[in-house]
Amino acid sequence: MSAPRPLLFHLGASHHTAPLALREKLALPPARAEALHARLASARLPEFALLNTCNRVEFYGVAGSEEDLSALASAFCEVTGLSASDFSAIRAHTTGAGAIRHLTAVAAGLESQLLGENEIFGQVKDAYAAAQSSGRVGPVLNRVFQKAFQTAKHIRTHTAISTGQVSVANVAVELALTIFGDLQSTRVLLLGAGDIGEKTAKAFQSRGACSLTVANRTPERAFALAQTLDATALPFEHFTHHLGDYDIVVGSTAAPDLIVHAADAAAALGRRRSQPILFLDLALPRDIDPAIAELPNSYLYNLDDLAGIAEQNLAARTAEVSRARALIAEKADAVWQQVVDRHGR
Amino acid sequence: MPPLIDRTWLWLAAACYLLGAGLGLVALLRERRHSRAAMYIILAAGYTFQTFGLYLRGVAVHGCPLGNKFELIQFTAWSAATLYLVIGPAFRLSLLGFGTALLTAVLSLGALLVPSWDAVVRTHIFGGNTWIEFHAALALFSYGVFGLLALVGCLYLVRDYGLRIKRIGGSFAFLPAIRDLDQIGLRLLGAGVILLALSLAVGSVWWLREPATVNLPKLLTTLAVFAAYALAWILRLRGQLSGRRWAQACALLFIAALLSIAPVNSSRHAPPATGMVKGTAR
Repeated sequence: MSAPRPLLFHLGASHHTAPLALREKLALPPARAEALHARLASARLPEFALLNTCNRVEFYGVAGSEEDLSALASAFCEVTGLSASDFSAIRAHTTGAGAIRHLTAVAAGLESQLLGENEIFGQVKDAYAAAQSSGRVGPVLNRVFQKAFQTAKHIRTHTAISTGQVSVANVAVELALTIFGDLQSTRVLLLGAGDIGEKTAKAFQSRGACSLTVANRTPERAFALAQTLDATALPFEHFTHHLGDYDIVVGSTAAPDLIVHAADAAAALGRRRSQPILFLDLALPRDIDPAIAELPNSYLYNLDDLAGIAEQNLAARTAEVSRARALIAEKADAVWQQVVDRHGR
Repeated sequence: MPPLIDRTWLWLAAACYLLGAGLGLVALLRERRHSRAAMYIILAAGYTFQTFGLYLRGVAVHGCPLGNKFELIQFTAWSAATLYLVIGPAFRLSLLGFGTALLTAVLSLGALLVPSWDAVVRTHIFGGNTWIEFHAALALFSYGVFGLLALVGCLYLVRDYGLRIKRIGGSFAFLPAIRDLDQIGLRLLGAGVILLALSLAVGSVWWLREPATVNLPKLLTTLAVFAAYALAWILRLRGQLSGRRWAQACALLFIAALLSIAPVNSSRHAPPATGMVKGTAR
């Protein structure tokens, strides 16, 4: 007599199924996760992994029977304080090849709020590592996770699901890379202390920008932001004289009028001997004179331009979803067949 | 089976270059990155065939094969391929391989497809003077450098156009960065000018010895090409020619350099050659 097939499952909720207010309740910080594991001691869950991110709480495992899965759902509701009916309304549940498909799609970024983002891959790896270190990974989850990682990597490499940037700050960095190649020797001037400007400046720093200078109409804010960003502060009234020293100029002030004028930019470009300047106008109303776009060796992008590129990139990613899912289906089904052959006697 | 004649090897080379160009074009249209290694191997194969073809021609004409338009253009394409195979891996400039394949395919196929350019084959054109041979080969090699420079200029113009119409995705994503193109272009321009200057210096020694043997239109055309590139180099170094205008100049000057081959070739000092071969089958 052959043994029953392992009940490989995925159970959980994500931004696809639960609104933010409910997702807040679902979060499983370490103490709650421990409590959950304690409650599951009597359930037959020989293999079990927990993926807990800001947008999803998901369990992957091998259960003895459907009853054990019900026990898991009940324990989860108990530790989170969620009612059983609320959870059943938002829960997503797949088994067998479906669970492998789901895990792989999550790892490949297909299920992410920001389609194709990379962070989730690391989060899934962390979830697997945590389960492994606590001895909750057996031969089935081991194979399933490893294959999911392989497939996710393959998809990210061979489809356009992760190509291009889809946030304004990252598009700005991508743009700078198309002009300067790398940012190791680029100097960035941030005009204003606006939130989007700060995010963009951080994105430049994270990609290795050589230096960052902040100029703001309120000097105190400039100094404070410069300290936060490990940057240099420049008196606002002096920035036009130093414009030619910078490769990238980011405007993000709340000034009602233009603050970077074409004549100043032309003078700055003249001093730079063929070196281009990228002007990024992230302010509304705009900070940078649109006429600067016509100057030789200058490239001017405003918020709409950056958002437009982000949309193009997102459209390119979206166009790859069906191809990526077809690849996942093919691989996941093969992995499931291997699992059944080896463990479903 | 009879041995392959020089043109057959050159046809094989052109086919390789065309294959490389096709591979790059298909990848670009599919918005995929072509394999750099595959492109390098294809170009290296084409280069090997072309080198052998030109060697056979050289043996036949008893010197560097630079005796007619066909040979001059083939040698220019060979120079561009040589340069790419040497510097390409170091520059790691995306699309440079595709561009080189396209350039060499156009030049070598173009030369092969115009029979009149190879109708008359001159032998012993350098009269055994290795310095003159060196002068001519160096000048043509600098044209190969200028060919790659034109390519870099065109890539710059396309990248600049993409940036101005706010497109950095799709096929534009494979273009090199503006600053990389600018820096590599500047190096190529400098190298080309120095090579051409060296060639002219070597040639001038001969010209000073026997001024009557050097045809004035040829001298003026060559000097004009050199002056134009040298001026572009100086203006670029002084920051007076930059960005789009510099890139346009690189592309246009190469067209002018190619056009200059005709007067240079037709005004060759006649007849230092000791013989002429009619037809092309050797």
